Amino acid sequence: MKRRDFMRSAALTIGGLLMPANKSDASMWETFFQKYFREMTPQEKKGVAKRLEKEYEAKTGVKINVKTNEALPGVKYGYGLDLSRCIGCRRCVYACATENNLSRKPQMHYITVLEFKNGEKWISDLEESQKYYKHEMVPAPEHFYMPVQCQQCDNPPCVKVCPTKATWKEPDGIVVVDYNWCIGCRYCMAACPYGARKFNWGEPTVPPEQFNPDTHYLGNRPKFKGHVEKCTFCIQRTRENPGRYPACVEICPAGARKFGNLLDPNSEISQCIEKKRVFRLKEELNTHPNFLYFFSM
Amino acid sequence: MGMLVFIKDMLGHIIRGNRMYYIWLVVLGIFITMGAIAYFWQLSEGLIVTNMRDQVSWGFYIANFTFFVGVAAAAVMLVIPSYIYHFKPIREIVLFGEMIAVMAVIMCILFVVVDMGKPFHAWHIMMKPNFPSSLLVWDVIVLNGYLIINAAAVTYVLYRAANGKEYKMSIMWPIVLMSIPWAFSIHTVTAFLYNGLSSRPFWNASIVAPRFIASALCSGPALMIIVFQIARKVSEVDISNEAIHKIAELIAYAMGINLFLYAAEIFKEFYSHSIHLAPMDYLFFGLRKGGELHNVLVPFTWIALVFNITAFILFLMPKMRYNFFTMNLACILILVGVYIEKGMGLIIPGFIPDTLGEIYDYMPSATELLITAGIWATGALIYTLMIKTAVPIYKGELSLIPKAQRRKLPVH
Repeated sequence: MKRRDFMRSAALTIGGLLMPANKSDASMWETFFQKYFREMTPQEKKGVAKRLEKEYEAKTGVKINVKTNEALPGVKYGYGLDLSRCIGCRRCVYACATENNLSRKPQMHYITVLEFKNGEKWISDLEESQKYYKHEMVPAPEHFYMPVQCQQCDNPPCVKVCPTKATWKEPDGIVVVDYNWCIGCRYCMAACPYGARKFNWGEPTVPPEQFNPDTHYLGNRPKFKGHVEKCTFCIQRTRENPGRYPACVEICPAGARKFGNLLDPNSEISQCIEKKRVFRLKEELNTHPNFLYFFSM
Repeated sequence: MGMLVFIKDMLGHIIRGNRMYYIWLVVLGIFITMGAIAYFWQLSEGLIVTNMRDQVSWGFYIANFTFFVGVAAAAVMLVIPSYIYHFKPIREIVLFGEMIAVMAVIMCILFVVVDMGKPFHAWHIMMKPNFPSSLLVWDVIVLNGYLIINAAAVTYVLYRAANGKEYKMSIMWPIVLMSIPWAFSIHTVTAFLYNGLSSRPFWNASIVAPRFIASALCSGPALMIIVFQIARKVSEVDISNEAIHKIAELIAYAMGINLFLYAAEIFKEFYSHSIHLAPMDYLFFGLRKGGELHNVLVPFTWIALVFNITAFILFLMPKMRYNFFTMNLACILILVGVYIEKGMGLIIPGFIPDTLGEIYDYMPSATELLITAGIWATGALIYTLMIKTAVPIYKGELSLIPKAQRRKLPVH
């Protein structure tokens, strides 16, 4: 950053605090004093979405749609990951970043694919994992892979510790964050046993032509610096009716990722649970994930 | 009218001083300015200017915060012997201990604020406190409460003194009674903040809270002994040797307990040798992963251990304790030892290895060091100004009584 930019933002910060309301940009004050999302009426939610759309357009030059639709009745999402099929190609990692407008620089990813050597310990002790593997071809011989992302726990430690209730579990089982209400204390990151929560250490950047304009308030809308975000099972896709698969499920070339409604006995995920022997990551912590691992072979 | 004159006199006392005093103020001013500039830089760029990342999401700021929660125990360490056992020499310096508590809690709050991603939205915690679920809300309550209790005690005692009167025990007693459990609560709650996270085995051990208190009862009083000696040298405040040696004796007991609890923790981890040994292994020997040895904290861990044990031995022997050179040496050893052990030595291993097994070697960035130095200087400035106000009040030079009616007060 140039010194001029620095001086300008310093001046803006001080100015923003001192300037009386009527002289400054009204939108800035609405942003600053925005209410807690869960206590807004549907009208207020729509109003906030409209304001955000305007802000985003002014900032990025892209027309972005911000949805605020609520959880569908009778739906609780569940996710299955077939470890026999995963080849460690990381397509899910990048499809997720594109779909969810994750910052490209500094680079952020919701999904971490861990590589293990055959025979090494890997169930409750992940210390032998290799996150930064580089191979010409995957799967590398004598290695296997385990992708990890938010496990959408029924007993989420992150929600328990948040001092401002900025993160909560929705009726359809998705753990979401109100980016505008989060104060950036990062207590949830210390509490999460799956490394699922990511912080915007710097100003997140996405090239304008790469923006996904179909967004949800609780999901992939453009973010700011200084708050935490996480996987939402692509809330902007899965909450549509008819819903769409999360981007990671759609992209997986090996068919390792399964997704569906846990309350529907005929859904793909319910069938997985019935037919396969599923397990959860770090079961000893009693977090009760809705993200299940299994082997098909 | 009397108040206005008082404030004018007070400012007069604050701006008056010898050459050393002005040099001290200028040095503090330089550090505070550099810290403020670094903080504006961090505000505009984001916390990316620190070396914290998703793997190690709390670092130097929270380490310093934790250490100063310990220092804030200083006051209570004096309150117990002075009011409950009527140990006169200490009773007269309780006020100065409480001022250290005020300073330490203000520094704690500053360290938390600079660590926040969106500090301007900190008021959200008042609007929607996640109480009683979030220990962070508990910590906000107990820390601010402790600040208010100590600030009230200091203000009341000084107000009475400024009116030429002794404080009334009937008013001080409830404050004192409240401040003792409250001091324990700030340590317990801060310890529970880390302790309650099952995702971090290094913190998820029941010994964390007891050790917090034991080490707090070392670092706070050790800082107090040093500050008191400086204070009585540069200002005319009278602090007896007897009081200082008594505090030193109390530190010896506290350090004994602290080392015992530490030994219990080390034994459990190294003997049982489960997968949860990794963070402790990282502290003492370094961890090897992918052929690379990660050991940035190892020298600090050993320095802290050697310093704490040496200080314990020095404090244990009355001969050493009564000798000002060895006593001060032991105090400095304890301050450095506990600063490492309860700062970086407690926070960083909680994140190593991270929950997915990665090892990220963390050391603070230049920005973090500058901001931290700025907060230290702010604390020192606050304490200096408090002393500059309190001492003249005690000596009757600064008073709410009109000049004509003043009589000479006994000087402590």
